[in-house]
Amino acid sequence: MAIVWFNQEMRQATGYSGSATVEGTSIRAIVANLEKLHPGISEAILYEGDILPGLSVIIDGNVGSIGVLEKVGEDSEVHFLPALGGG
Amino acid sequence: MLKPDYKSNIVLSETEYETVGKRVKRHDATDKVTGAANYSADVHPAGYIHGKILRSPHAHAIINKIDTSKALELPGVTAIVTSEDFPNLNGLAVDLGEGAMQNPMFLSNFCIAKDKVLFKGHAVAGVAATSKLIAEQALELIKVDYEVLKPVLRPEEAIKPNAPILHEKLVTIHSTTIRAGGVSADNLPKDQQTNIANKFEFGLGDIEIGFKEADIIVEKETKTEAVHQGYIEPQTSTVRWGADGYLTMWTSSQGHFAMRDLTAMLLGIPQSKIKSIQMEIGGGFGGKTIVYSEPIAAMLSKKSGGSPVKITLTRTEVFEGTGPTSATNVKVKLGAKFNGKITAVEAKLYYGSGAFPGSPVLPGARCMTAPYEIPNAHIEGYDICTNLPKSTAYRAPGSPTAAFAMEIAVDELAEQLGIEPLEFRAMNGSREGSRQATGPVFSKIGFLETLQAAKEHDHYKSKLEGSYRGRGIASGFWFNGSGPSSAIASVTADGTINLVEGSPDIGGSRTVVSMQLAEVLGIDSANIKPSIGDTDTIGFTSVTGGSGVAFKTGIACYEAGLDIKRQMIERAAKIWDVQTNEVEYENGELKHSSDSQLRMSFKELAGKLNATGGPIIGRATVSPGSPGNAFATHIVDVEVDPDTGKVTILRYTSIQDAGKAIHPTYVEGQMQGGVAQGIGWALNEEYFYNEEGAMMNASFLDYRMPTALDLPMLDTVIVEVSNPSHPYGVRGVGEVCIVPPLAALSNAIKQAIGVRLTQLPMNPIRVLEAIESTK
Repeated sequence: MAIVWFNQEMRQATGYSGSATVEGTSIRAIVANLEKLHPGISEAILYEGDILPGLSVIIDGNVGSIGVLEKVGEDSEVHFLPALGGG
Repeated sequence: MLKPDYKSNIVLSETEYETVGKRVKRHDATDKVTGAANYSADVHPAGYIHGKILRSPHAHAIINKIDTSKALELPGVTAIVTSEDFPNLNGLAVDLGEGAMQNPMFLSNFCIAKDKVLFKGHAVAGVAATSKLIAEQALELIKVDYEVLKPVLRPEEAIKPNAPILHEKLVTIHSTTIRAGGVSADNLPKDQQTNIANKFEFGLGDIEIGFKEADIIVEKETKTEAVHQGYIEPQTSTVRWGADGYLTMWTSSQGHFAMRDLTAMLLGIPQSKIKSIQMEIGGGFGGKTIVYSEPIAAMLSKKSGGSPVKITLTRTEVFEGTGPTSATNVKVKLGAKFNGKITAVEAKLYYGSGAFPGSPVLPGARCMTAPYEIPNAHIEGYDICTNLPKSTAYRAPGSPTAAFAMEIAVDELAEQLGIEPLEFRAMNGSREGSRQATGPVFSKIGFLETLQAAKEHDHYKSKLEGSYRGRGIASGFWFNGSGPSSAIASVTADGTINLVEGSPDIGGSRTVVSMQLAEVLGIDSANIKPSIGDTDTIGFTSVTGGSGVAFKTGIACYEAGLDIKRQMIERAAKIWDVQTNEVEYENGELKHSSDSQLRMSFKELAGKLNATGGPIIGRATVSPGSPGNAFATHIVDVEVDPDTGKVTILRYTSIQDAGKAIHPTYVEGQMQGGVAQGIGWALNEEYFYNEEGAMMNASFLDYRMPTALDLPMLDTVIVEVSNPSHPYGVRGVGEVCIVPPLAALSNAIKQAIGVRLTQLPMNPIRVLEAIESTK
């Protein structure tokens, strides 16, 4: 099962800090299962079914580019952090 | 890694290729040196007229009334626009696919002031006229009734109680339960009004435990001023609003798709109504990723009956009206054990966003401690509105000023521990698997390799002797970016390829992506003719920013090359009447796997395409992730004049992990350019304001950027630690090079005069004051 680290907004949405172990082979499934464990948390991650504008998905240290469609490995570590632009 | 052979420019290569990694002739060389290249100011569409912008003389004021009647009566004036001519947009932040959020209301109000002016130079009205002179005369006839307010210029001042408030509806964002964009529907009660647009935090471990474990703790506080990207070419926007409702715009930008989409958003029209044409660009460095005068030019064109309107900013307008980077105040506390291991870090970053939210404090916070493995960390960031132009991206946005605080703290900690600074960095340096303070672990990175290359470099091994001389070391980090990108490559009958791609070329990208296409096909990169398509010609491509083009558009061209290769094999099989799996493609030649008589060069087959089934076009649209992080380590020697306080750079060496340098000369140019800008930021440059918030040095005469005459040859070492997510191992190279110079120079000056300067710029006055403080 993948480990999902909670960012500031996820912690505030759930009152829970730390991380959660969640089943799922895609970010979409991971968030759906996370919502069952911590109702309300998906509001800190999704907007109209996609990753919130300005948020990026990082899986095993690699920044994803296809949001909820990203595949997640059995022992993956998932983070949701602010997306970064550049100069 | 090859054995180092230390010269001015060194490449430590992992892998060699036929074309990639070679210093080929750049495709735009002739046009650039002969003056044939067309920049945005070279656009002269038939019947164009001139636009000018009336700007606020005040840094903070309420607009009571704008009277344009006299100006409209001036013969030759065709139109005047104010904020009344633009749609009222909401404050819900949107993502236009560029990786940086935009708040439509704030961006609209930045382009043209509504109700209040929030910085000196804020656009208040636009005028179109048949000549520049008439447009300028018309500006003088527009009467604006202002109620002048007190400005606030520094972020640490703007968060004090009773500080002047810029936005009465601004809400500090902490969570997604508050409307995105941080704007309330109505004005807030006075006791709830704030200039803090965002406050966030990152944490890892427990800093209380971490600092208890520390034997030595250092604390530092830094202050920096806003600085400008200093691109040579001022913005010019030319827009024609056609009678059919379709707009054509010619711009100087880092992303013509972004210009199209932002302009459409601010005008309240569909993206498909605008064709955005990318011209050559005379520098951007992040400053040309958003719109400024484009929506004004568009609306002036509409109100002028469709005549194209051209607005060219003056240098003063560029300084006063476009985005510099943030003024900052950073506090850092760093603890380590006697054995040299860092145990904890605590940091607070206060970044001024200028008039509207959106400083680069988030990336600053994410970059600040990234070079080091630190088990316990707490980082707070504040995005704070001030009465300056809205901050805009500038090379590794947010990272240089964060690194300035971090790297002087690291230097001081190393000094107190009695550990050599490079060694101290290596002892704590991030590597593959290291966990960042923000949570994720690093994949393959090359920070330790930059430290090792620095240690082995002749510069580092050489002795620096003499009084008032010092050597400084600093490291830096930048994430690098990516995004969607598109490429179309058409094979022509003479064996060359016309490549159309979507990335504006700021730093040589058309050659760099052509080389990747050439490598796939085994042909000479000179046989590829690259061009940047307009928004109607090529698929969406995100901005040239985040050091992402060599990566993302490189992959698009690589994939387009594979597409061509596949079709060429199919065509050869058809001509030879064999199966495709019997045809091999190698080094630009097609041959049968067993019949040595059947072989054709790429050029020969290209000549047969039209008669054997039609032309071949390779295409690719991509949105690749994992652009590969960038690290750099710099060494600088300085000499301080104790009588004048002038700092002279004696020697500078920058070492950077480029993944794979596709065109080493371009990479070295990026590194040298980043260093030069970083030196200017460290020693000379600042937005210098009077108490009323008027910039007092809004010209290149007074805003002192270093020139070639101020600097020695800037030595470079390219370290290549391949990025596994790119076919040739590319990492972005354009930004991390500006991160270390600020701290490296402070560390060098500390060694030279015995005093650590923590405020930028470290100009002669500050250096003299520091020397005096020791007497």
